[in-house]
Amino acid sequence: MGCRRFISMTSILPVAFDGIAYASWLFLISAGLTLIYGVMRILNVAHGSLYALGAYAACSLAGAWLTAGLPAAGSFAMLLLAAILVGCVVGPLLERGLLQWMYGKDEVVLVLITYAVFLIMEDVIKLVWGVDSLLLPEPYALPGNFSLGGLAYPVYNLLLIAMALVTGLALAWVLYRTRQGKLLLAVIHDREMSMAMGINVSRVYLATFAVGATLAALGGAFTAPTLAVTPGIGVEVIVLAFAVVVIGGLGSLGGAALGALMVGLVRSATVRYWPEAELFSIYAVMAIVLIVRPKGLFAAQEARKI
Amino acid sequence: MKAAVAAAIALASLTGLALGAPQWLVFMAMLVLAKGVVVLGLLVLMRTGLVSFGQGLYFGIGAYAAALLSHHWHINDAAVMLVAGAAAAALTAALLGLLLAGYRDIFFAMLSLAFSMILYGLLVKSAALGSTDGFNLHARTFVGVALTAGSERRVFLMAGSICAVVAALLVHRLLGGNWGRLSTAVRDNELRVSYLGASPYRVVYANYLIAGALAGLGGALAALAVGHVDPETAYWTTSGEFVFIAILGGTQSILAPFMAAAIFEALRTIASQYAPNVWQMSLGLAMLAIIMFLPAGLWSLAERRRRSA
Repeated sequence: MGCRRFISMTSILPVAFDGIAYASWLFLISAGLTLIYGVMRILNVAHGSLYALGAYAACSLAGAWLTAGLPAAGSFAMLLLAAILVGCVVGPLLERGLLQWMYGKDEVVLVLITYAVFLIMEDVIKLVWGVDSLLLPEPYALPGNFSLGGLAYPVYNLLLIAMALVTGLALAWVLYRTRQGKLLLAVIHDREMSMAMGINVSRVYLATFAVGATLAALGGAFTAPTLAVTPGIGVEVIVLAFAVVVIGGLGSLGGAALGALMVGLVRSATVRYWPEAELFSIYAVMAIVLIVRPKGLFAAQEARKI
Repeated sequence: MKAAVAAAIALASLTGLALGAPQWLVFMAMLVLAKGVVVLGLLVLMRTGLVSFGQGLYFGIGAYAAALLSHHWHINDAAVMLVAGAAAAALTAALLGLLLAGYRDIFFAMLSLAFSMILYGLLVKSAALGSTDGFNLHARTFVGVALTAGSERRVFLMAGSICAVVAALLVHRLLGGNWGRLSTAVRDNELRVSYLGASPYRVVYANYLIAGALAGLGGALAALAVGHVDPETAYWTTSGEFVFIAILGGTQSILAPFMAAAIFEALRTIASQYAPNVWQMSLGLAMLAIIMFLPAGLWSLAERRRRSA
């Protein structure tokens, strides 16, 4: 007989906390992916490289900040700045320079185009930052730990959760409560009709892509302190984010939140109770959801065209 | 008739390669055939308008099935391995296809991706199968005949050539006939096909099965060529590579996958020699260029020349 594991309160709490922290991180990335898909109908593989770029830029900026001897708390601002820089420079560059010529192509072809961009960016990152791992442990260690049920947890994870909440609420507010957001919803609903009504669709696309790219970079920038930033960190993230977005229903913000939470909790539970099944469990959840709800949990119904 | 001539020429030249070429070229030719066969399956699937981002699943299953035979059950016959690879993949495809044949577009692509990642996740974490390192395999006989050291790959290449040529001929016949026309019709307008009395589900299912079996055969071929299997065979980047080769070649001809696979492998070899740092970048740029300027693939160049001549 192997050892029996008891599922008790003391073990559920850390599992839930880990799961929610992981879900927060996933949500940041997936929200951008689902936003871009919802508006532009592009399942953006290059989202993974934007994530990686965010992580690298964070290492460079916050690293420079810390080596300059400036107050360590400012490194958080540098992480944020790195994400915004990547999102607002590389994002628009990609959209204006390449993607805007590709609209109207088949969705699968668009996946391939962004896959090509992903491949190119992988090498660009290697050329710019080299192939060695970069480390940026300070921001992670700085806020210290707090104790929960006798175990120590990094406060940094709380920060991550708070940021995901704020980002999610802010996105929802902009989308459903502001004029710009309503214009965006109109574009999502019917692109041609909104064009006819005088909405500058091209500008909406540009803004959406920049915001989505910023979110990816934000996810990357705030992951950088928790691990060694190495080439290829975007490879795994992108399929994970795909899973989240597909579970929630492509283009649905609430779906991304729920999907991230499901994947986060399932992952932390399997890591705790059945570590061999970590990757397996995530994609199994995705497969099961798709089997039950072929277009994800919150997907919009589409009219059949004959 | 033309197809038979092309097949005979292909077989003859591949035999020449297998007998006379240096080892590295024999190795490369095997990889080209392996990938070409997988992409050939993708071609069948693409006829119905579906792109799978998860052919790595069947490639991996084929490779591991072949390797497991030698590693765990000590069956070291290369021919048995090839058949086992294709059969294991076909069985899995027969099962998953029941589900996947109901999906279209991006959902088909994503669900097939999920399945391949499930396999990857299992392989990476299973210590019995060597985890991330994978394990080696040895084929010692071919249809009962013992293989001498140094000649194995040449024999495998011959076997691979016969498999590939037969597969290509069958696919050519299949797509050239009613089935091909029905597949195209499913791609163009599924609803009309069902009104006409045919079952799009069945067409997609059968094509998915064919694609899976061919990917398994390709996986077994690759495993024989390399003599080693690892979880990378099922990773999404491997699947992406297959889609890339399919786009590179185009879908009009059954020769295109093999030509594209040859170009791909040649480019990879050259790039890893002279420009290992920009290999992925050149791939990406090539892919963008193809999609923008030659949306029907490199094969359309050959077609265009023939038409103007």
